[in-house]
Amino acid sequence: MKLRYLSVIAVAVMLAACSTKKTETGGGATPAASPPPAAAPAAPRGPAPDSIEYFNTVVGNMVSFDFDKYDLSASAQAILKGQAAWLNQYPTRTLTVEGHCDERGTREYNLGLGDRRSNSVKQFLIAQGVNAGRVKTISYGKERPLCVSSDEACWSKNRRGSSVVQ
Amino acid sequence: MLNALKRILAVTLAVGSLLTMSAPSRAEVHIDITRGRVEPMPIAVPNFAGASPELQQVGRDISDVITKDLERSGLFRPLDQKGFLQALTSMDVQPRFADWRTINAQILVQGVVEALPNGQIRISFRPWDVFSAQEIKPPGGKAYGIDPANWRRVAHIIADEIYTAATGETGYFDTRVVYIAESGPALNRMKRLAIMDQDGANHRYLTDGANLVLTPRFSPTAQEITYLSFFKNTPRVYLFNIDTGRQEVLGDFPGMTYAPRFSPDGNKVIFAAALNGNSDIYEMDLRTRKTTRLTDNPSIDTSPSYSPRGDQITFSSDRGGTQQIYTMNADGSNQQRISFGKGRYGTPVWSPRGDFIAFTLYGTSDGNFYVGVMKPDGSGERRLAQGFDVEAPTWAPNGRVFMYYAQAANGGRARLFSIDLTGYNQREIVTPQDASDPAWSPLIP
Repeated sequence: MKLRYLSVIAVAVMLAACSTKKTETGGGATPAASPPPAAAPAAPRGPAPDSIEYFNTVVGNMVSFDFDKYDLSASAQAILKGQAAWLNQYPTRTLTVEGHCDERGTREYNLGLGDRRSNSVKQFLIAQGVNAGRVKTISYGKERPLCVSSDEACWSKNRRGSSVVQ
Repeated sequence: MLNALKRILAVTLAVGSLLTMSAPSRAEVHIDITRGRVEPMPIAVPNFAGASPELQQVGRDISDVITKDLERSGLFRPLDQKGFLQALTSMDVQPRFADWRTINAQILVQGVVEALPNGQIRISFRPWDVFSAQEIKPPGGKAYGIDPANWRRVAHIIADEIYTAATGETGYFDTRVVYIAESGPALNRMKRLAIMDQDGANHRYLTDGANLVLTPRFSPTAQEITYLSFFKNTPRVYLFNIDTGRQEVLGDFPGMTYAPRFSPDGNKVIFAAALNGNSDIYEMDLRTRKTTRLTDNPSIDTSPSYSPRGDQITFSSDRGGTQQIYTMNADGSNQQRISFGKGRYGTPVWSPRGDFIAFTLYGTSDGNFYVGVMKPDGSGERRLAQGFDVEAPTWAPNGRVFMYYAQAANGGRARLFSIDLTGYNQREIVTPQDASDPAWSPLIP
């Protein structure tokens, strides 16, 4: 049982390696720091720099907001500068910025607030040189929480701008 | 307000004098629903009579629906049928009022179901003032010839007639509720449009849950709903035809459109449209499809609702720093803030009577949400219900009761409740699944 599970993982890793390679050559981009092509699947490395996984885990796909606010903190701006740099490096990538809120507001107002937050992120990315046409926005208000505990720790997670790469 | 009071008074006097003429000392069949807590009026609703087992079954069902409607209103106390001393086997049987007085019934509803030659049935009823031994208006009672399948609706109509006879107010039982049915895990909720009678009967889903849908509202004149759908991940205001199931996006806007409501004449939809993070109020004429922008402010202007005459609009805006309630003329002029309490105020909804604006209040020091009412000038604020998250009031067509939803903490249950304007008689409206965003229909035309 355990053995079979391991072998499934091994196959998955191999498949992932294949698909990563395909994306690299198919995209026509020649990233400076591409991983050595002959890497053995048994020794997994970090995600390819142009991959969605890299964006989500290394660049950072999420910024936080204070309650009922939509301005970007210094740490949020640092993350967004990284997002902009990544988008500028991989010009075929597009982005949807989701604006989310905590549950401490009415459904309708939070839709408006989520729209504000997503546009706050979008405007910052544009100011960093990203073409406006590559960034879409959508507000989910309080409809798509990441957690459901009714406490500040969870609420602060839910007050977010989430960048979803396509 | 004054006009409304006058009208209640006029009806009270009319009913009163009618009864007074025949029974000078017994003119008490009137419930004043403007008072805080009223003693529910004892009422006897025997099974409607019928000449066959089938008709008798319909008669029992009708009596049951009427009884439950009246009981839920909090204004009536239906008496247990086991205590009844007389069987009213037809409309020709004269009530023995002494028997009904013995069990302290103040109103007696006599009714019958008859088969008509064309396959339809005829439902007749006659409400009696037990103490004066007189018919309450309408004298002679009323009768409805209908398809047998429609018995339930007639039962609601009769309950409305009895409510009106006792209170002088229009009833609200022959109505429906559209709402958002919620299912699935809290982190991945499926939300569907659902519709039911106000008592929960005839429940059905209108959408399949493939798309996130929110905030449905009834057209006052047609079998139509306006709501928000995230179809193709593009949140837009839609129209939904209840009869045909046809859905139609409303207008072509570059950004999100949301928070829609119909105008009282059904000819317009008012909503918020967001562009680059800024939400403003727009209206669309459904006949010409012409859109007019009504507010232009770098703030979140949303949740618009017309006054019953359509000459004014209330909405929420955070232009003053936090979300508060404003009113303006229907053309967008004369925008004025009306809420000044501590906390944030949202979802203003103008009462169909015009005398109050219902709201959601949150961001208070105790962390609770409240639903309440204030007068259109902002005075007379009263909180009617509270909870971890209670929001989105919707008025019954007579403006005496509203419904709202309550979401429990930590992703707990979402449920619908109604409460009287007096702050009493809070009731759950039971739904098959979790429920939010209720919208109460007008009386069905």
